[in-house]
Amino acid sequence: MSTKTKAAWNVGLIAALLGLLFILEQVMPSGSMLFTVLKKGAIYALVAVSMNLLNGFTGLFSLGQAGFMLLGAYTYAILTIPTESRASVYQYFDGGIVQFALPVPVALIAGGIVAAIFAYLIGLPVLRLKSDYLAIATLGFAEIIRAVFQWDKLGPITNGSNLLRNFPSFKSVLYPFIVSGICIALIVMLINSTYGRAFKAIRDDEIAAEAMGINLAHHKRLAFVISSFFAGVSGGLLAMYQTTIQASMFKSAMTYEILLIVVIGGIGSVTGSCISSFLFIACSEWWLRFLDNENLYIGGFHVPFLRPGFRKVVFAVVIMAMVLFYRQGIMGTKEFSIEAFSGFFKKKFGKKKVEEGGGSHE
Amino acid sequence: MSKENVLKVENITMQFGGVVAVDNVSLEVDKGEIMSLIGPNGAGKTTAFNVITGVYAPSNGAVYFKGEKIIQNHPQGKMKKLYQGENPVMYEGQQVLAPTPDKITKLGIARTFQNIRLFKSQTVFENILIAKHMRRTSNIFTATFRLNAKEEAQMRAESEELLKIMDLEDVRNELATSLPYGKQRHLEIARALATKPELLLLDEPAAGMNPQETLELTQFIGRIRDEFGLTIFMIEHHMDLVMEISDRIHVLDFGKTIAEGVPEEIRNNQRVIEAYLGGVQDE
Amino acid sequence: MDWITKNLPYLMAGISVGGQYALIAIGYTMVYGILRLINFAHGDIFMVAGLVVVYAATVMPIYIAIPLMIIVTVFLGFMVERVAYKPLRSAPRMSIMISAIGVSYLLQNLALYVTGGLSQQYPAIPWISDTVTVMGATTKRVTLITPILTIVLVVGLVMLIKHTKIGMAMRAASRDFETSQLMGIKINNVVSMTFIIGTFLAAIGSLLFFTNYTGVTPTVGAMPGLKAFVAAVFGGIGSIPGAVIGAFIIGICENIIKGLGWTTFSDAFTFALLIVILIAKPTGLFGEKSTDKV
Repeated sequence: MSTKTKAAWNVGLIAALLGLLFILEQVMPSGSMLFTVLKKGAIYALVAVSMNLLNGFTGLFSLGQAGFMLLGAYTYAILTIPTESRASVYQYFDGGIVQFALPVPVALIAGGIVAAIFAYLIGLPVLRLKSDYLAIATLGFAEIIRAVFQWDKLGPITNGSNLLRNFPSFKSVLYPFIVSGICIALIVMLINSTYGRAFKAIRDDEIAAEAMGINLAHHKRLAFVISSFFAGVSGGLLAMYQTTIQASMFKSAMTYEILLIVVIGGIGSVTGSCISSFLFIACSEWWLRFLDNENLYIGGFHVPFLRPGFRKVVFAVVIMAMVLFYRQGIMGTKEFSIEAFSGFFKKKFGKKKVEEGGGSHE
Repeated sequence: MSKENVLKVENITMQFGGVVAVDNVSLEVDKGEIMSLIGPNGAGKTTAFNVITGVYAPSNGAVYFKGEKIIQNHPQGKMKKLYQGENPVMYEGQQVLAPTPDKITKLGIARTFQNIRLFKSQTVFENILIAKHMRRTSNIFTATFRLNAKEEAQMRAESEELLKIMDLEDVRNELATSLPYGKQRHLEIARALATKPELLLLDEPAAGMNPQETLELTQFIGRIRDEFGLTIFMIEHHMDLVMEISDRIHVLDFGKTIAEGVPEEIRNNQRVIEAYLGGVQDE
Repeated sequence: MDWITKNLPYLMAGISVGGQYALIAIGYTMVYGILRLINFAHGDIFMVAGLVVVYAATVMPIYIAIPLMIIVTVFLGFMVERVAYKPLRSAPRMSIMISAIGVSYLLQNLALYVTGGLSQQYPAIPWISDTVTVMGATTKRVTLITPILTIVLVVGLVMLIKHTKIGMAMRAASRDFETSQLMGIKINNVVSMTFIIGTFLAAIGSLLFFTNYTGVTPTVGAMPGLKAFVAAVFGGIGSIPGAVIGAFIIGICENIIKGLGWTTFSDAFTFALLIVILIAKPTGLFGEKSTDKV
């Protein structure tokens, strides 16, 4: 398949997907769990891909994602709450000190930029650290950010530990799909560029990468800042989806969930992260719901153990099994593509799958 | 000195804690020559390479490349007390130069590694292509949005050409680690050449090779020296290869220089023979 | 004198919390020393130990419940290593760390299921929960017992490591995992023993911790766990005395910060400290430096 037909296929596929979503929205009741999964899944797909850029493609084991999402979410919320609602939202802080509201897209990007600026500053000291120390330091930073945002003295800006609400949100499922889609496309383009190759070189062997003239500090910082930018944008989207936010939402448990999504999808696969984030959200929010139902009867037999919380136990066991026995994840480091897909079915395209990075520019 | 030296190492001492790995070594590598660095195991050869390529900042001493000082250090902080090498105050007060390895590579010094360090998850072609990243003019935005298409095409064309020259074209799309051992060594040298170096440092290029492969490698090293106009500085244990190919040989033992000269001189040098036969038994 | 009575409670609480962190931190530092793994599940095992006492105490006398809790906890620690970490021994370090996060997630969700998400009241333990007055400050007896018990246990542990065969094997394994295997050390036994000791101390730690902070929730282990890890890093990971000293310093600082009215930042402080150490002296107070070979 030539590059042009491949691109045409991809465009067609995306258009079909968006069309399908649009139709679904017209015909299905808006309260359907399907939309919850699709919306949240799209947002998690973005943050999972952003984490994969660091953990999977650059080999930096960072656990700060929740912190950067918090920054994005707060920036978005603070900048978009309509001036007339500020008095009620910031009721303990005399309406707060921010007395203007920006358009939604601008605020989303601002959220990303704030996250990126913090990432730059944090990155200066911590990116020198090795694997697990980096993980624990970034986790620590996320905790610090969370504490700072709950601080009373910053209340006029952050509303302290109180909820932020009344900011604009989205109704249509198309919105998170389009925003996440654009962001993920940008990340993929980056990964396939010469910088992406440098990131992968660092992942494979830092010392060799450095000997090949790749400036480690510079490139690690780039990956960290870019990843955080997109985590910030996804934080903004999450705020829109939730309609209210609070610093205490963004615990390290959130980062762990995103990490598990990345692992299940395959560390180093963008499409894997996307697929697994929808699966993850669908399982945790929808498909396993019946496990929380105490009065489930199958043919008159009362299924034991079922009560609220059981769903999560089963889910955690499944994840643990994946981590132990299916370490490659759904996609390994490969990518889903039309080519591979059709080849899988027809076996006509029996030739070897070439990894994205190599084949995309020809 | 009639010849122009490409690399000049001056009074280099490398001390780790209380262990002096390289002790006051000075040497010069002239343009276009092949110089070998030999010595028993643990003599400090690879450490010397790591100092020249910026992996370690030396405890003391300076390194020049094409007449320009690129690395310089003197015992500081804790090392000031611990320092056991010579000339402790010679470089004091002078500027400290400790560039990272990527800066050294940019200057035109490329290297290979004793234990092969290829990019495991990448193909042969990609391994070479990565070396071209260094000379990019694009920034992250122009690269992401493909505004650097022309440069990208050129990077690829140059890499293709190098593959051809290096006889790696047929395995172009193989994973680097799936190659046979000898080919992996080959690829590592190709990757180093892709950075367009003037000075190439080879760390035991023949390690693990059989006599046939070693012979081929000998010819190969000679060929790339001529074709790419290189100066080569190499660590090697295969004495046939070393004696055959080297213009000059520098011998280290316990971190100290014990001899330097043309192969014939080294072959008959009493101290060198002693170092290899007595004391630390080699291989 | 007035200043002392005012601040003594914080200092005492700090020493006490420090002792509890120390008992958890030893588990981290020993496991890290041998497997180079941050055992993210350690804090959750600590939480499970708390829950076991809560439920056991409802059906049996406390003096049976406590030994039972210790046995259950140690068994859990042993099983976690066998099931979740041992199969990944040769896998990249990131995989085993992810597995640890998975175990943590599983234990927290199990606890959520069992407790229904409600905070469980830790039973009052006779004698150590009693109130005593020291220099005009009222506190529970556990506050005074903790540091003493911690030090006794640590001394015992250090003796064990210095003078027994298994201790020698542990030291060898932490120095060089592969070589110690070649030298005929049964590495799986050493690792299991490490987890057993680590979880035993965490079990004692949980007993002391929950006597002071009576509510057991599914996520209660996460914070003390992370702080204990920071303490281990602060002291120099792999070093037992380092972990203990680090834990006391963190416990005291944290409570002084609370005393100053900066409660929001008491957690943040610990992490700030961590980052400062990692940057200034990555090997911690007593850690040994290792250079990567090129």
